[in-house]
Amino acid sequence: MATIETTPGRNPGWAGGGTWGEVTDAPIGFGHMKRKEDARFIRGLGDYMDDVRLPGMLHSAILRSPYAHATINSIDTSAALAHPKVAAVVIAKDLETLGLAWMPTISYDTQAVLAGDKVRFHLQEVAFVIATDAYAAQDALQLIEVDYDVLPAVVNCRKALDPDAPLIRDDKVGQVDNLASPLWEAGDKATCDRVFAEADVVAIRTVLDPRSHPCPMETCGMVADMNPATGQLNIYNGNQAPHAHRTVYAQVAGLPEQNIRILCNDIGGGFGNKVPVYPGYVCAIAGSIVAGAPVKWIEDRSENLASTGFARDYLMYSEMCSKGGKITGLRVDAIADHGAFDSTAQATKFPAGFFHIVTGSYDLQGAHCQVKAVYTNKAPGGVAYRCSFRITEAVYLVERMVDALAMEMRTDPVDLRMRSFIRSDQFPYESATGWVYDSGDYHKAMKLALEMADYDGLRREQQEKLAKGELMGIGISFFTEGVGAGPRRHMDILGLAMNDGAELRVHPSGKAVVSISAQTQGQGHETTFAQIVAEELGISPNHIMVRHGDTDKTPYGLGTYGSRSTPVSGGAVAVVSRKVRDKARQFAALMLESRAEDLAWEKGRWFVRGDPERGATIERIAEYAYSATNLPEGLEGGLDANAVYDPPNLTYPFGAYIAVVDVDPGTGKVHMRRFIAVDDCGVRINPLVVEGQIHGGLVEGIGQALMEIISFDESGNCMNASFMDYLLPTALECPEHGFELGETVTPCPHHPIGAKGVGESPCVGSPPCIANAVVDALYHAKGIKYMDIPCFPARVWAAMNGNAQPPQ
Amino acid sequence: MQTPAPCEYSRATSVDDAIAQLQALGGNARILAGGYSLIPMMKLRLANPGHVIDINPLESELNYIRQEGNEIRIGALTRHVNMLESDLLSQVFPHIFREAEAVLADPVVRNRGTMGGSLCQSDPAEDLSGVVVALKGEAVLRGPGGAERVVGMEEFHLGPYMTSVQPTEMLIEVRIPTHSGFGGAHEKVERRAGDFAIVAASAALAIEGGRITFAGVACSAVGPTTLHIERAEKALVGQAPSEDLFAQCGQMAAADCSPNSDGRGPADYKRHVAGVLTTRALSRAAATAVS
Repeated sequence: MATIETTPGRNPGWAGGGTWGEVTDAPIGFGHMKRKEDARFIRGLGDYMDDVRLPGMLHSAILRSPYAHATINSIDTSAALAHPKVAAVVIAKDLETLGLAWMPTISYDTQAVLAGDKVRFHLQEVAFVIATDAYAAQDALQLIEVDYDVLPAVVNCRKALDPDAPLIRDDKVGQVDNLASPLWEAGDKATCDRVFAEADVVAIRTVLDPRSHPCPMETCGMVADMNPATGQLNIYNGNQAPHAHRTVYAQVAGLPEQNIRILCNDIGGGFGNKVPVYPGYVCAIAGSIVAGAPVKWIEDRSENLASTGFARDYLMYSEMCSKGGKITGLRVDAIADHGAFDSTAQATKFPAGFFHIVTGSYDLQGAHCQVKAVYTNKAPGGVAYRCSFRITEAVYLVERMVDALAMEMRTDPVDLRMRSFIRSDQFPYESATGWVYDSGDYHKAMKLALEMADYDGLRREQQEKLAKGELMGIGISFFTEGVGAGPRRHMDILGLAMNDGAELRVHPSGKAVVSISAQTQGQGHETTFAQIVAEELGISPNHIMVRHGDTDKTPYGLGTYGSRSTPVSGGAVAVVSRKVRDKARQFAALMLESRAEDLAWEKGRWFVRGDPERGATIERIAEYAYSATNLPEGLEGGLDANAVYDPPNLTYPFGAYIAVVDVDPGTGKVHMRRFIAVDDCGVRINPLVVEGQIHGGLVEGIGQALMEIISFDESGNCMNASFMDYLLPTALECPEHGFELGETVTPCPHHPIGAKGVGESPCVGSPPCIANAVVDALYHAKGIKYMDIPCFPARVWAAMNGNAQPPQ
Repeated sequence: MQTPAPCEYSRATSVDDAIAQLQALGGNARILAGGYSLIPMMKLRLANPGHVIDINPLESELNYIRQEGNEIRIGALTRHVNMLESDLLSQVFPHIFREAEAVLADPVVRNRGTMGGSLCQSDPAEDLSGVVVALKGEAVLRGPGGAERVVGMEEFHLGPYMTSVQPTEMLIEVRIPTHSGFGGAHEKVERRAGDFAIVAASAALAIEGGRITFAGVACSAVGPTTLHIERAEKALVGQAPSEDLFAQCGQMAAADCSPNSDGRGPADYKRHVAGVLTTRALSRAAATAVS
């Protein structure tokens, strides 16, 4: 039987969530607290996928297509099979016999696991080599001969629907063009047209949110371990939705769901990239079935960048209008480039994700958006990179357009926003495209950001600098997100309702284990969720173990992405804690010889109302629950509960961001001088974790605005398949004096603890803010009104000289 | 996971031992110094040497920065961090080494990467090569039997990733002439800290009695090798430093360089920036020249 080898001193627990010592100064409940999980991470003792070593484990490597579009005439694997260390070579033909040549995507499309008929994107998976070590697997790749006939590639989404465009998905019956899904629209077109007809000013821009990549530090991978004797399949795989993955594997591979166990230990980042099921996973599972031994597949950085879920790639023709100094209407016609297979991540009923939240933070009279999705010969996706299903694209668009409209109106971009915001007395507010925003006070957050930035002072400084020939830009964005998918009546993925479960067991000693279906990838769940239980029950977070990452030991739920952990799983944990508290009340009544309804709760104990000295702490109640000998009928021993939380609505965090940049007039290099971020995510469970999320998201926003892009040459070759060419920002691209963070607190009215999601807010709000800052610098100096991101020096210089172009 | 192809490994016990090994292996071997270029290329299987000879045991023989007469001598295994932190370099060639080393890759690379590795990689976008070209340094190559030859940078760098180092030779030292009244600067525009240059310019001047007595101008990432802007150097020597003069030199650099369009930017942009950075580097070099 397979056992896990662990290095002495490592955390031996595979189920994740093991505490390592205790955090000092932990609050009993909400508040600033260092993360419990960091003790192992800062010692380099996290356990990641590539740390898994099982006896007899085989290694693997994937042969990838050198072409973006080509017919496969033949694949000769004989030389590779003759390699002394090669155990098996799997190609599409072999997968067909297992029914695994194609797999469903999370958007009801199909994706080739290994290319059989033809390759449809550069570096697509063609063959899977299993060998006794990783070196030999790579060596054997070079021994496989594939005969291709190269076909013209569709690289530009604008040309995908041209009548003479090569047909990419000829595998699909009835597919005659490169349309990936039917035209999808939201908002009332007639109303929108009327608003535009009555407008004073209209701004028109074609806004590209270019293809980027979530780029987690730990790449994707898996160890699949099918036990041929028991039929038990253990899957070691860091992914963001272990329960949903298990269901998918059961469906795809026809395996009994109860025989599949997914074990996610520590995950080195997800950011949406680890939501989908990838061909490598299916190959590893198939490989383990074929080889009768555990098979490890760990992709390298290039494979991660070039073949796994990208983000964005939305080309948006947009018009925004105003009347009487207020924004009144928005019209968007977008093309979504999904690559060769539509594996975009979204709730099923929303083919363009939550893109139609595109009216942002503004009280518009009319809005209409439509999205056309196309196939191209590019890697499939796109995933929600640190965003709630295309909200990043929506916020990016609306915030770029507000600045564009302000320029056309010759008004200040802050004033235009202030005049057009949804007012605090309008909540709950139904947007022109059908969203019901829960709560907000936008004016307050914006004012705080302006004060923190000294906005008027910055504008004066900008004028002074301009007189000296120096370029300085001030960028604004005000985002509203809708996160925490979601209510089961509206939202599902592959038919699975987007709810999350929680189980809470308080042990006789008063220490507790809470099992959750959310899956941390670095978000700090082991701390935050312990704090929720602590807040509800009055147990120290140090005494609460958060268990996650093992489908055998945690309740069902849809996982962590779209900032949904706190809104959904956090709701489940609060609800289950309250169930335990209610059960504790029954025991306390027996202990205190009182009626349950006469007891009152204060954090950590039930006491007799009017006689606070007579009380029982949760620890004593727990002991009693497991030891009392004379429980009345109907009251079961033990102190535990479970819950499934179905959120009544999304939560709507928001924020006001201000960026200050200096642009080198000689070189176009952008220097990020200041960044002010006021976030309102409702009640903050752990401000330290929230601020950590904001710091990280802002850095990612800097990356997207200034340097990150996945681009392709005319033949469809991916040009950014390494960290040499796909640039991630470093501390040196961040403001020297740190990010300036502020907060307002508008609790979520429908969430058990008033919290809203925050993980993605900074990554959503910052790209347009920084882009707006760069354009603001060029606008005030040279009247330049628009440029697309990323703002590479060369691209800024071109824009500065009136030659702004979309990136290639 | 990225894995290199099968490869033999040996450690050198001395420079002459390394050269003897090179000779014995007949062109199928590569010298391994810091490893930050060679190892990634091997893992990507862009480089597939049958054998690597690790010269890291030769610290005591090859890691030094010393002055001998009117020359600074830098051993081939001198790490970037040693050059960044060298008081001697900073005193003899103020600013220029430190500025280039401070923007060269990142601390991890600088802790291991070496002078010899930088020059022998012959990446036209590499920063330190620009400095050595501007300073008119010379490379000392040793071959079998201890035979040494000294070559200038123009002879050393033949093209991208190509040098005049023969298969049985090894770069052991870089020699740089010193000047009184020296001022230098290194200017770089990159997409992100630690990235290779979009364009970089290195300027070295010696100013005595109000006249420029020595001028070295090099531009990186705008040609097949680090470019030495000869026309600008000729225009500078004998002249009094002035902003106009430096602007003219910038124009010469822009005109004389030969950039390619790539992911870092189109050729016209790079040409423009070569001019801007050359002017800026010269201007700062003059301003900081030790009088």
